[in-house]
Amino acid sequence: MTPALTTSGLTKRFGPQTVVDSIDLDVPAGSVYGFLGPNGSGKTTTIRMVLGLVRPDAGSVSLLGRPMPADLLSVLPKVGALVEGPGFHPYLSGRANLQRLDAADRHADPRTARRRTDAALDRVGLLHAAGKRYRAYSLGMRQRLAIAAALLVPRDMLVLDEPTNGLDPQGTREVRSLIASLGADGVTVLVSSHLLAEVEQICTHLGVMRTGRLVAQGAIASLRESQQASVLVVTPDGALAASTLAGLGLGEVSVSDEGAVGLLGAVAPESVVAALVHAGVAVREFVVRRPRLEDLFIELTGEGFDAGE
Amino acid sequence: MPASDAPGLPVAPSAGRAWFRFLGSELRLMLSRRRNQAGLGVLAALPVIMAVAVKIASPSAGSGEGPSFLSQIVGNGFFVALTALGVEVGLFLPLAIAMLAGDALAGEAQIGTLRGLLVAPVGRTRLLVTKYVGLVLGGLIGTLVVAVAGLLAGAALFGLHPVVTISGTTLSLGEGLLRLLLVVLYVAAFLAALAAIGLFISTLTDQPLGATVALALLSTTMWILDAIPQLDWLHPWLLVDRQVAFADLLRDPVYWADMRLGLLTDLAYVVVFGLAAWARFANKDITG
Repeated sequence: MTPALTTSGLTKRFGPQTVVDSIDLDVPAGSVYGFLGPNGSGKTTTIRMVLGLVRPDAGSVSLLGRPMPADLLSVLPKVGALVEGPGFHPYLSGRANLQRLDAADRHADPRTARRRTDAALDRVGLLHAAGKRYRAYSLGMRQRLAIAAALLVPRDMLVLDEPTNGLDPQGTREVRSLIASLGADGVTVLVSSHLLAEVEQICTHLGVMRTGRLVAQGAIASLRESQQASVLVVTPDGALAASTLAGLGLGEVSVSDEGAVGLLGAVAPESVVAALVHAGVAVREFVVRRPRLEDLFIELTGEGFDAGE
Repeated sequence: MPASDAPGLPVAPSAGRAWFRFLGSELRLMLSRRRNQAGLGVLAALPVIMAVAVKIASPSAGSGEGPSFLSQIVGNGFFVALTALGVEVGLFLPLAIAMLAGDALAGEAQIGTLRGLLVAPVGRTRLLVTKYVGLVLGGLIGTLVVAVAGLLAGAALFGLHPVVTISGTTLSLGEGLLRLLLVVLYVAAFLAALAAIGLFISTLTDQPLGATVALALLSTTMWILDAIPQLDWLHPWLLVDRQVAFADLLRDPVYWADMRLGLLTDLAYVVVFGLAAWARFANKDITG
């Protein structure tokens, strides 16, 4: 199956600064792709290039199998997008704002406009506030209206840039379940976030940006596997335990204060335990540590205020 | 449901219908904005104030003040509309266009609706053309409002009568109204040229107020330069130079030469600044 979105060598410079540095995205069709990275790591600029808002300095974009921005007018009707927060006319109602966007889409049928706008509003739980001026919307309502705009017509793909920004925990959960249900319908979703925890549960794939570079990408399962589980043997017989582990083929084995540690690799934990007992190691505790995805994310993107540097 | 379940894209409305739907949305957006409604109110108020002032100040004001139509108001309310257009074309109407032009692209960029439209998607050329047509119609509506308010105020205070032309002949009221309509169209053509400059400025910035002020200053500067005789070598290049020529429509027969030049100047400005706006906007990075 053709990937929903690929980029190759995509690069953007603003003045002397390279904001996006030769990235190769690969978003498989039907996936829910979590596009992660700290604020300022180049996610939004990448999304702008994918949608034809910003011209790349180098590289190419293929969206739903068509080159962008060359085929923009035939591709984008099939792509719903929310870019960098909600943007609407403050003195128009939520419904009137959606109808304006619908009027802008050449392919949208005006006869069904009212029904479709209301359905989109209903899907994000805004139907009760449809006639209210956008000015009077709370931040969470504004964000949801922006998501509704992406759902005006059936789409093959959704590009949602930080859709949970400004939402309370309840709203975040709602958006998450909305994305999950869209993904279950077969719509490809690219959802960006600076928080792994917000998207980890619903994503099938992840891409991680740092300072304009794509530092990791792949199916969530294979990313998890790429992280090596380690074992800790708590024992007074540290040296014996270490040599047993090394004998089994575990990597980076060392003796520690508590006993011995090593990287599990392909070795089954149960055979490690059997070998330890067989060698006469007095095992007090045996722990297999599988790093969380969060650890990988922090390792890739850095921690604290230097994250965007 | 993913879109691909449907055979291709949903049955698209014809290109023409889609075009008019978006233009209609643009006009509704413009006309539903309170500030613009208030602006139309101001445009309509001026002829009313003028008519009332003339009525109060000089109930028996004479004539003989040359081509100014002000002196003729007392005898015929028809001239309230003409006088008002002559006054408002210098500042009020250009200011109105400047406000609309500021909203057109810079305003949409500032509040973030521009990116929404472009990914809806609207082609950039289509968006620019729709915005421009919206501005032209906005200018026409503004001019019509001045003319109609002037006619109503004039009719109420002085009555409408057959029109005595500058040449001294008399036109029937119907013929006079037809000439007034041509005046309105001539002024609207000037505003359309001004709108092209405004749209270009609007592509340069994300600050609608900046775009508005820039166009208002530019227009006012042109009127000032046009009033300095020492700069007469420059005058043919100024957009505003032939705009007061609409008075020639009140000659019998109509004297077209100056207006023809005026319309050509309008056209030249539309082409130059329209292309500049397109060149700028078609490749612009939308980061707002």
